[in-house]
Amino acid sequence: MNRRIIAVLLENEAGALSRVIGLFSQRNFNIESLTVAPTEDQTLSRLTITTYGDQNKTEQVIKQLHKLVEVFKVMDLCEGDHIERELLLIKVRASGAERQEVKRTADIFRGQIVDVTPDTYTVQLAGPSEKLDAFLHAVSETAIIEVVRSGVSGVGRGDRILGV
Amino acid sequence: MAEMLSGGDMLIRALQDEGVEHVFGYPGGAALHIYDAIFRQQKVEHILVRHEQAATHMADGYARATGRPGVVLVTSGPGATNAITGIATAYMDSIPMVVISGQVPTDQIGTDAFQETDMVGVSRPVVKHSFMIKSAEEIPSVVKKAFHIATTGRPGPVVIDVPKDTTDPTVFAAYEYPESVKMRSYNPAEKGNGRQIRKAVKALMEAERPVIYVGGGVVQGDAWEPLRTLVRSLGFPLTNTLMGLGAYPGNDELCIGMLGMHGTYESNMAMHETDLILAVGARFDDRVTNNPAKFSPQAQVIHIDVDPASISKIIQVQIPIVGNARLVLEAMCEEVTRAFGQETSEDKLGREDRIARWWDRINEWRGQHGLNHELEAVPGDPILPQLAIQMLYKVTNGSAYIASDVGQHQMFAAQYYHFDQPRRWINSGGLGTMGFGLPAAMGVQMAFPDEVVACVTGEGSFMMNMQELSTCLQYGLPIKLINLNNQALGMVKQWQDMQYGGRHSHSTYSDSLPDFKTLVEAFGHVGIKVSDPAELEPALAEAFAPENKNKLVFVDVWVDPHEHVYPMAIKGGSMRDMVLSKSTVQDAS
Repeated sequence: MNRRIIAVLLENEAGALSRVIGLFSQRNFNIESLTVAPTEDQTLSRLTITTYGDQNKTEQVIKQLHKLVEVFKVMDLCEGDHIERELLLIKVRASGAERQEVKRTADIFRGQIVDVTPDTYTVQLAGPSEKLDAFLHAVSETAIIEVVRSGVSGVGRGDRILGV
Repeated sequence: MAEMLSGGDMLIRALQDEGVEHVFGYPGGAALHIYDAIFRQQKVEHILVRHEQAATHMADGYARATGRPGVVLVTSGPGATNAITGIATAYMDSIPMVVISGQVPTDQIGTDAFQETDMVGVSRPVVKHSFMIKSAEEIPSVVKKAFHIATTGRPGPVVIDVPKDTTDPTVFAAYEYPESVKMRSYNPAEKGNGRQIRKAVKALMEAERPVIYVGGGVVQGDAWEPLRTLVRSLGFPLTNTLMGLGAYPGNDELCIGMLGMHGTYESNMAMHETDLILAVGARFDDRVTNNPAKFSPQAQVIHIDVDPASISKIIQVQIPIVGNARLVLEAMCEEVTRAFGQETSEDKLGREDRIARWWDRINEWRGQHGLNHELEAVPGDPILPQLAIQMLYKVTNGSAYIASDVGQHQMFAAQYYHFDQPRRWINSGGLGTMGFGLPAAMGVQMAFPDEVVACVTGEGSFMMNMQELSTCLQYGLPIKLINLNNQALGMVKQWQDMQYGGRHSHSTYSDSLPDFKTLVEAFGHVGIKVSDPAELEPALAEAFAPENKNKLVFVDVWVDPHEHVYPMAIKGGSMRDMVLSKSTVQDAS
């Protein structure tokens, strides 16, 4: 079971996204995370889908995505060099001795504190999903109040381009 | 200057411009503007059904027989949801269809309005694509796209959901039907890759035990002519799927019959022993392969399909060729001719010898357990359903359009009616929709008023859409129904006999069946009942006699209720694992 990051260019039309999501449940494919937003070309949206599956399953996912009439292009980012980033917003209890500890941990991970109250810090952290996992691990479990993750966005390195 | 039309008129005009002659449908509130537009023109004929499911099956049968897309018009809510089974049926068998559904006015969408259903949402998993009309202006381009998508690449049903306000007769917009379609995200495959084709032909030339395995794609893709040329030049055995019957003549000596769960012994044995499969427009359905892990253990696979997602979905393919079946097969024929030209006489002899030896084995299998197509009518015995199909074949000279429902009768029809021509066998293969037969036959008859159209059905399936007998009277559709009446849901009962210790849970109803002869007569048609083999041929002859040419005739054939369909694949086994008769059931389990 490999983790795959699939990038999709989709016609920015009503109902198009529901077809992509429907496909995953209909074909028994799993979605680990999904991000979507319009591109610089307003007629196209870009999706990044992370999924788990063996080689055959991933091939089927990509072929079935291609079959959707509104899907313009599909790329398995994991087939080559790529960059993946995820955004984490985390609200943690930060009072007393904990306050310094959270600040230090955030610094180590190059996170930024973006909101402060007397008892809490909200930390913003971007990076590959593993780095976010590691940060969550580093912060004591009892301190966590709220975790928001954006899901993965990805892009191929250099000449690996998914565009019009 | 472009003509100014209302949305309703635009929709019908677009159908005219698309060359549509028949629309199958049922009116209702949200579709009334469209129905009024139909009333005010003559070019498109509307056929009023009695249930929307039947409208979709009619359009489907029409499409299967003609190769042209079937068109359906229904209203919102229940009209739309009733159409779903027929849309799913067409989707599973890749049948081109355009379904226009009325929708509540745009400003009421999402308010749980009267007869509101999210048709685009409900139909999403069973359509190739769908559209919701946002304004009257876009109707011509959406209709054009819908027909383009439905009929190109791997065909399928397309839904157009039409909110009532967009067809308002008092609002006009400019009408211009587009000449062509351009969609950057939709580019179906056409020609196959030349290198792959050469690689495939090389494998064909070297094969020792090849089998050509063809499916509905050859029929839907109008690829039967190059297929015939290819098969005959190679002299290879050919087997077809349930959907592929007629793609190659069933009576031809190179045809070894249907394969799969109820396929012939020789086909399934050949598939197990083969070293090279050439699959064309077939999708390795579970009803074909049995257990994929045990499927054709020695075979290399060449797979021609217009849908790349069908390739290596179930069975790993070594030589994939994505493309239109007709174009790929034509290119393959040329390549084979070239390869023959380059062969030394020694190579040629070797190849012919290999194939002759393979045929010896196949013929041995055929001799051992092939189907008996010379059944005798023994007066006083129960009627064998197989005999009824054999007689039907004889009486119709094997040239009728045969629609079927789903169950044992469907398998008997597939096994015993040798389809020599494509588009004559009209059945729901993928979805297995009971109730499909009668309306599908009606669609065929609408397309070909002068042809002989029969429907092989069972009393279970027939009762699922028998209301359409009324439609048949209204439009004078002289269909001949052959009802193989075993007073039970035969296929369910067979499985219960074989796998559930003979416990017939909810598969029988013999005490509550109607008298079909009287029932059919009440609908204004002709009914005949037979229960003795001696009466069978005269009854069928009467049904197809010239004096009944313009009448619907229902022949209620009381068949042996204990008969099973054989061969039958043994669950979880390979293709050679089959139960061949009742007496071998014990050994198999």
